[in-house]
Amino acid sequence: MFITRVLKPIVFVASLGPVAWLVWAGLTGNLSANPLSDLTNETGVWTLRFLCATLAITPLRRLTGWNPLIKFRRMAGLFAFFYGTLHFLTYVIADRFAGLDFPNGIVAWTTVQNLAKSVGEDIYKRPFITVGFTAWSTMVPLAATSTAGMIRRLGGKRWNQLHRLVYGTVCLGVLHYWWLVKADVRRPYTYGAVVATLFLFRLLKGTGVGIRGAGSRILWRRAPLKSGESS
Amino acid sequence: MLIKKPADIKSSDITDKKLYVNRRAFIQAATGTAVAAAATGILGSEAFLKASTPAQHGRKLEGIKKSSFSTDEKPNKWEDITTYNNYYEFGTDKDEPSMLARNFKTAPWTVTVDGECAKKGAMNLEDVLKGKTLEERIYRHRCVERWSMVIPWIGFPLSDFIKQCEPTSKAKYIEFTTLGDSKQMPGLRSPVLRWPYLEGLRMDEAMHPLTILVVGLYGEVLPNQDGAPLRLAVPWKYGFKHIKSIVKVRFVEKQPLNTWQDQAANEYGFYANVNPTVDHPRWSQATERRIGEFLMRKTLMFNGYGDQVASLYTGLDLRRNY
Repeated sequence: MFITRVLKPIVFVASLGPVAWLVWAGLTGNLSANPLSDLTNETGVWTLRFLCATLAITPLRRLTGWNPLIKFRRMAGLFAFFYGTLHFLTYVIADRFAGLDFPNGIVAWTTVQNLAKSVGEDIYKRPFITVGFTAWSTMVPLAATSTAGMIRRLGGKRWNQLHRLVYGTVCLGVLHYWWLVKADVRRPYTYGAVVATLFLFRLLKGTGVGIRGAGSRILWRRAPLKSGESS
Repeated sequence: MLIKKPADIKSSDITDKKLYVNRRAFIQAATGTAVAAAATGILGSEAFLKASTPAQHGRKLEGIKKSSFSTDEKPNKWEDITTYNNYYEFGTDKDEPSMLARNFKTAPWTVTVDGECAKKGAMNLEDVLKGKTLEERIYRHRCVERWSMVIPWIGFPLSDFIKQCEPTSKAKYIEFTTLGDSKQMPGLRSPVLRWPYLEGLRMDEAMHPLTILVVGLYGEVLPNQDGAPLRLAVPWKYGFKHIKSIVKVRFVEKQPLNTWQDQAANEYGFYANVNPTVDHPRWSQATERRIGEFLMRKTLMFNGYGDQVASLYTGLDLRRNY
C-alpha cells in the first residue's frame, strides 16, 4: 500500500524533474547560448540514465533482498522511452525541421515531405544517427508491451524473451553517445562501465560464479519470478 | 621420540561459514558500489547545466579603427560570446571556460618566436603590440560543430607581426602553440587532446589581410575564456583553427600537424576551410545554427569570404584537403 500509494507517485514526479527543469530553464534563459543543443544532449543523457536505472533494479533487488523494487522497473523503463522519444523529437525539430528549406511556406505539404526525407536520409547516411535511431526503435515494442494485458497475451516466457531487447537498446545508446563526443570520451566510457557492471551481475548469475552456491541464498535472495518478470 | 602434537586450531580461528560465503557477496557489492561512486563522480558534473556567468567587462581599448572587412550582420551578445566557448584547456563543456578561466593570468605574457626567421627570441606582449593599429573586425565565426556567431573582434593583421619577425624564404608555414600550464588550466590534467594545443597556417594564409591576431572583444580587453591575451582569427576557417592564448610562433618548412588533425585525421584536416559541400563524417556542414536563432542558415563557402580567399586555393582539391 505504502509503495503503490506513496512511493510510486513520488518516484513518478521525481522522474519528471529533468524535463520540468529543462522546460523551466529554457523558458527563463537558464540554458546555454545554444539551448536547442542543450535540450538534445540532456534528453539523450537522461534516456541513458533511465535505461541504467531500469537495468539496475534486478541486481539491486537481489543484493538488498527488497523485492518491492520490482514495482519500479516498468516505470523506469517507460521513462527511458519517454526521454528517448523527447530526444528523438528534439532532433527531428531542432536539427532536421530547422534545417529545411520552405519553398511553399512553413505550413505546407512539401514541408512534411521534406522533413520525412531529411530525417530518413540522415538516419540512412550517418551511422551515428542510425545507431541512435535503432536504439530508440528497440524501445517501441517494449513500451507497447508494457501493460499487464500485453504480458498476459504474450505469456511470461515470450514476454521475457522480447524484453531482453533492452540489452541491445542500452548498448546502442552507449555507442551513440560515444560516437557523439569529439574527444572527451570519459562520460560515454563511464556509462559503458556502468552498463558492463550491470551485465556482469547477470552473467555471474547465469554461470553461478559465487552465486549459485550457498551464497546465493544470501546474495541473491531470489524470489520466484512471476510471469512478466525477466532479469 | 617426541612427536609434537600440532596445536589445535582454535574454533574461533576458523572463518565462520556464513562470513566466508558472504565474502563473495561483499566483494561483488563493494565492486558495484565502487563503480557507482566513480560513475556519480564523473557523471554528476553534467547532471545539471551550471549557471555560467558572462565575463566581467574589462579595460576599454583605445584608438580602435573601423574596418571595411567587417560584416554588417548583427553581432552576438557579449553573454553568448563569453559563456559558450570551446576551450578544452579549461574543460570540455562549453560553459566551463567561463568559470574556470576566471583567474587565468594573462600578464606578464611572453610570446616566443622561433624557426625560419631572423628575429628569434622571447617578446613581451607589449612589444608584440607596439606600433600596431587596433581595428574592429566584425567577423562571422563558424564552428565545425555547426553553430556560428558574429563576433566583433579587436585586433591587428597577423601580417604586421610576421613582417616584424622577418621570416626567411624557407618559412613556408607558421605554427602556433597555446600555453600548456596545467596549474592554471585544469583541462590539461586529462589527456583529452595531445597538449599543448597546436595550430598552423600556410604562409599565404597567414599573410592574408583577413587573418588577424585578436586582443579584444566589443572594444574591450579580450576575456580569458575567449583566448586572452592573444588569439588568432581566420574567419574563412572553422573555429578550431582560431588558436587561443598563443605563447609560441614558429616559422617552419613543413606543414605542421595541428591538434585536431592529430586527434582524428579523418574528421579534421589541416586546412579546415568552411565548406558546405564537404561533410563531417557525423553531420552535414551544409547548414549551421546561428546562436540565438531557431531556423538554420545555409553555410557559405569559405564562410562567405570566398571573394577574398578563394584564389588562395586554386588547383587544390578541397574535398581531399578538408
